[in-house]
Amino acid sequence: MFKFLFKRLLVLVPVFFGVTLVAFGFIRALPGDPVEVLAGERGVSPERHAELMAKLGLDQPLWQQYLSYVGDVLQGDLGTSLITNRPVAEEFFELFPATAELAICAILFAVILGIPAGIIAAVKRGTWIDQGIMSISLAGYSMPIFWWGLLLIILFSNTLNLTPVSGRLSFLFEVEPVTGFMLIDSLLSDEKGAFKSALHHLVLPAIVLGTIPLAVIARQTRSAMLEVLSEDYVRTAKAKGLSPLRVIAIHALRNAMITVIGLQVAVLLGGAILTETIFGWPGIGKWIIFSVFSRDYFAVQGGLLLIAGCVMVVNLTVDLLYGLINPRILH
Amino acid sequence: MTSSTTTTSYSVRSQQWREFWFYFSVNKTAVAGLVFLIGVVLMAILADVISPHSPTEQYREFAEIPPAWMEGGQMRFFLGTDYAGRDMLSRIIHGARLSLIAGCIVVLMSASIGVLLGLVAGFRGGWVETIIMRIMDTIMAVPGLLMALVLVAVLGPGLLNAMVAIAITYTPSFVRLTRASTMTELNKDYVTASKVAGAGPMRLMFISILPNCMAPLIVQGTLSFSTAILDTAALGFLGMGAQAPLPEWGTLIAENRDLMLSAPWTVTFPGIAILLAVLAINLMGDCLRDALDPKLKRS
Repeated sequence: MFKFLFKRLLVLVPVFFGVTLVAFGFIRALPGDPVEVLAGERGVSPERHAELMAKLGLDQPLWQQYLSYVGDVLQGDLGTSLITNRPVAEEFFELFPATAELAICAILFAVILGIPAGIIAAVKRGTWIDQGIMSISLAGYSMPIFWWGLLLIILFSNTLNLTPVSGRLSFLFEVEPVTGFMLIDSLLSDEKGAFKSALHHLVLPAIVLGTIPLAVIARQTRSAMLEVLSEDYVRTAKAKGLSPLRVIAIHALRNAMITVIGLQVAVLLGGAILTETIFGWPGIGKWIIFSVFSRDYFAVQGGLLLIAGCVMVVNLTVDLLYGLINPRILH
Repeated sequence: MTSSTTTTSYSVRSQQWREFWFYFSVNKTAVAGLVFLIGVVLMAILADVISPHSPTEQYREFAEIPPAWMEGGQMRFFLGTDYAGRDMLSRIIHGARLSLIAGCIVVLMSASIGVLLGLVAGFRGGWVETIIMRIMDTIMAVPGLLMALVLVAVLGPGLLNAMVAIAITYTPSFVRLTRASTMTELNKDYVTASKVAGAGPMRLMFISILPNCMAPLIVQGTLSFSTAILDTAALGFLGMGAQAPLPEWGTLIAENRDLMLSAPWTVTFPGIAILLAVLAINLMGDCLRDALDPKLKRS
C-alpha cells in the first residue's frame, strides 16, 4: 500500500511543477508586464515602473523568478488579489465550502438517481424502459448546462415561483458560519426557516450541476451491470439463492461507484464555473470568472493552482480508495 | 502483382465498410442522428439561401416579437425576434455554420497534434514519452473550461482564440489514446516484419501503425466534436468566445439573457439548437463505438 502511495505521489511531482509553470507563464504571457497589469488603466510613470519591477523581483532572470515563485507557493504564498488586496489563498478557502457544498449535493443527486436508473435499464435491457432511460440520459449528457440553468430559472423561479433566483440564503436570515456548509450552519443556528431557505436556494444549482454526472453515472452503471450480469459468478450467486438485489449490490456496484465519482471531479469543477455564474452562487467558480473579467490576474493565477491542486488530491484519493477496494490494482 | 494487391486491399476495405454500415444501420436512433446532422450541415452550408432574413438586419419596429404560434406572433418572424428586432430563426441558421465549423476545427487541431504526439510517445518511449505524458497530465489537472478561460484571457476573447484554447484542452485524450494503441501495436508481428523489411520510423508510425489505431480515435473524435460545440457555446455564453454580433449559439443566449423573462423565446431556441445538434452527434458517436468495438459486436 505504501509503495503504491509513494509511486502515485511521485507521479504528481512533475505535474505539480507543470501546473506552477502554467500559472507562472500565464502572468508572463499576458499582454503587458505584471506591473502594467497591476497599474491597470491608470498607467504608471517609467520611474515608478522600474521601482515596482525591482520590488516584485521582475528585473531578475526568468528562471530565478520562477524558482522564487515556486518557493513562495510551497510556503503557501499564492500572491495577493489586486481587487481586495487580500491573500489569494485566504479568499479561495473562504469560498471553497460553498462550491464543495454545491458539488457534493450535485453528486448526491446524480448518484441517487443515476445508479438505480442504470440498474433498472440493465435489468430491463432492450425494453422500452431501457430505451427511455438511455434516451433521457443521452439528452442529459448533451445538455448545455448554462442554458438548462436559465430554463429552470424561467420555469421554477419565475413561472411557478417555487425557488429563489440566486444566492445561498434569503437576506432575511443571519447565519453564523461554522462549517461553511449552509445546510449544516442553518440547522445549527436557531433561525427558524433558515434551513428551508438554504435548501430552496440549493436545489436548482445542484440539479443543473448534477445533470451531466447523472447521465454519465446512469450510462456507466448500465454497462457495468450488463458486463457483470453475464459473469459466471453472478449466475452462481443467483443459483445459491441470493436475492437479485444482493447480487447487484455486492458485485456490481462496488467497483463501479468510486471510479465513476472520481472521474467527475474535473467535470464538476468546470461545470461549477457555469452553474455558479448563472445562479449567483458565491463559490470558487463565480470568483474565478469575476477575477478573469476584472483582470485580477494574480487571483486567477492562484485559483488555477489551487483548483488543479484540488483535482490532483481528489484523483489521488480516488486511486487509493480504488486500490483498497480492488487490491489487484496495487500491484 | 501490384494490381492484385490493390484489388484485395480494395475489397477488404469495402467489406469492412459494409460490415460497419451493417452494424451502424441496425441502430435506428443512430441513423436518425446521422440524418438530423446532415440536415444541420445542409442548413449551415445553405444558410444564406434558406434563412428568411439577414442574421444582422435589425427590424427596429419589430423588436421582441414572439414566435408565430404565440399571440402577437407573425409568420414573417417564425421564431420571433430579439431585442434589436433581428430574426431569431435566421440567426440560429447562421449560428449552425459557426458552431459546426468551430467543432470541426477544434477536433482537427486537437486530433492532429494529439495523434502526432501520441505516436511519437508510444513509438520512441524513454524520456521523450515521459516529457510528453507529463505535459498532458498537467493539462488534464486543470478543468477544461478553466484552462480554456485562462488561455482566452491570454490570447484575447474571440471565436478563433476560443477554438485554439479548447483544442489544447482536448489534446491529452488523443495523445493518451494514440499512445496506448501504438504500444499495443508496436509488439505485433506485422510491425516487426515491416521493421525487418527495412521500413523507417516514419513509415512504421504513419503507414504501419496509425491505420490500426483508428477505431478508438474515430470514436473519440466524434465525442470531442459534440463537446467542442458545447464548450464553444459555453465560452460564448461567458463572453470569452465568439463576440456579438456573431450569431454563435452560446453568444445568442448570452446577449438575450436579460430578456429571458420578458422574451423567453430568444433564449430557448438557441439552446434547443445546441441540444439537438449535440444530441445528434452523440447518438452517432455511441453507435460508432458499438460498431467499431469488436468486443461489443458479437454480443
